[in-house]
Amino acid sequence: MKKILIAAVFASFAISTVYADTVRMGTEGAYMPYNGIDDNGQFIGFEIDLGNELCKRANLDCAWVKNDWDSIIPNLKGGNYDTIIAGMSITEERMKEIDFTRPYTMPDPSTYVTLSGASVNLKSGVIAAQTGTIQASYIVDSGATLVEFATPDETIAAVRNGEADAVLADDAFLKPFVEESGGELSFAGDSVFIGGGVGMGIRKSDSSLKDKFNSAINSMCDDGSLNSLITEWEISETFPDCK
Amino acid sequence: MFNVCADPSTLTEFFWVICYLTTAKHFAFYVSFFVVLVLLAIAAPLSLLFGFIATIGTRSSNWIIQIFSKSYINMVRGIPDVVFFLFVPLALDQFFEFIRHKIICFDVVEPIWQGTDFVVCKSAKLPLSTAELWVHQLYAFTLALIAFAIVFGAFAGNVLSGAMRAVPKTQTETGAAFGFTQKQIFWRILVPQMWIYAIPGLSNLWMILIKATPLLFLLGVEDIVYWARELGGSKTSMYAYPHPDWRVYYFAGLLVFYLLMTWASSKVLKRLQIKLSKGQATMAGKELQGY
Repeated sequence: MKKILIAAVFASFAISTVYADTVRMGTEGAYMPYNGIDDNGQFIGFEIDLGNELCKRANLDCAWVKNDWDSIIPNLKGGNYDTIIAGMSITEERMKEIDFTRPYTMPDPSTYVTLSGASVNLKSGVIAAQTGTIQASYIVDSGATLVEFATPDETIAAVRNGEADAVLADDAFLKPFVEESGGELSFAGDSVFIGGGVGMGIRKSDSSLKDKFNSAINSMCDDGSLNSLITEWEISETFPDCK
Repeated sequence: MFNVCADPSTLTEFFWVICYLTTAKHFAFYVSFFVVLVLLAIAAPLSLLFGFIATIGTRSSNWIIQIFSKSYINMVRGIPDVVFFLFVPLALDQFFEFIRHKIICFDVVEPIWQGTDFVVCKSAKLPLSTAELWVHQLYAFTLALIAFAIVFGAFAGNVLSGAMRAVPKTQTETGAAFGFTQKQIFWRILVPQMWIYAIPGLSNLWMILIKATPLLFLLGVEDIVYWARELGGSKTSMYAYPHPDWRVYYFAGLLVFYLLMTWASSKVLKRLQIKLSKGQATMAGKELQGY
């Protein structure tokens, strides 16, 4: 009996090493154009296209996983997935917790959006942002009053219903909302540049995976496909040092 | 789903609504109602079982079992639900993976805890990272179910032990006088009679359980509240069906669902109460007999 058990354990071990590794990619699915869920329930967005291409180049078998933004770092560290690819800007604070690949977007300008015609003091008013984002900590530092929301969509709703004077978020995320609001919403103040661009979050103990993705991003940078994806999804400026 | 829905921007209002409500994303929303119902259908009897075992434990003559049962009931009742729901599934998951790692990858020398990273070998992962999506979902659902059963089991345990103490002492004394053993008194007198005293507490618990199901999303299971928020949020033209913030309609739908659940539950519980009152030495029982 014991022998059978040991044999079974070895067999299962052997079988699982034969398959190619599946890399599970954690994303939020609520931050278009970076990542979202379309009406068919499929992942769409800049990071989905990018991630699939990176996996192809790094010869990895990838699967997409949806996770709430609030618990996205703890679940990476707990091993529920292997990467975070969710519009996460590289910051000092996050670098203490996890590693990042090289950025795959330029530092994206963040902009304020208010109700059209409202005169808002962006330095002392009530500003909405998503919990745990670079924008949220920027608002606190700027002296304004921060109201936090769990999802990006709620931050816009807060401006519409007057709960907040303005919302601060990535320009690429806000632009479609302003353009399609029929004049209800408009940009206010100057753009601010925070964070060191968006990168993939990877466990500190997983440096081989980081190297694989870094070289895949570099290869996309070199042949121009990274910049064309950025342009296609209207994310940010293109990389001047990429083709 | 339907051929007419191929290009939503050209549809008339009526067909737009039909097509919108039959997208794959909406079907995921409809399915999540069943997920919640299945969770309720399994979690309720499971917590009752946990509570019953804990109650027996508190009455045990073995002091170790007694202390264990009492501390289970009191500790779990004292800890906020949200904390517990974040902790139990994570702890269970890491516990299972830890054991599997020790058995399957006994030859791996790297530590499991690397800094704050929890790293087990690939073949010890639960479920394996190569597993299908539904396996991952089922696993998350099962962990959620266990968390619900543990939390609500503690509350149920408290209700049941109170109910057992409410059974009139004369009943058990009569049993003893007729020469019943302790076991017979417990199973034939105490347990059948205690339910009528447990029903008010248990029905409260059932209502709280219904309302606690949105905690599922904390545990990675996409429940009705998650989908209502996701579908109701304003959609720009990047989506096939752009619309403004419709969360209020979706949440109104959920309100109706929860009210219906509560209404149906109170009907069923009322009938159950009448049934259990029959032949009891309580006021309701006497009324049934026409006193």
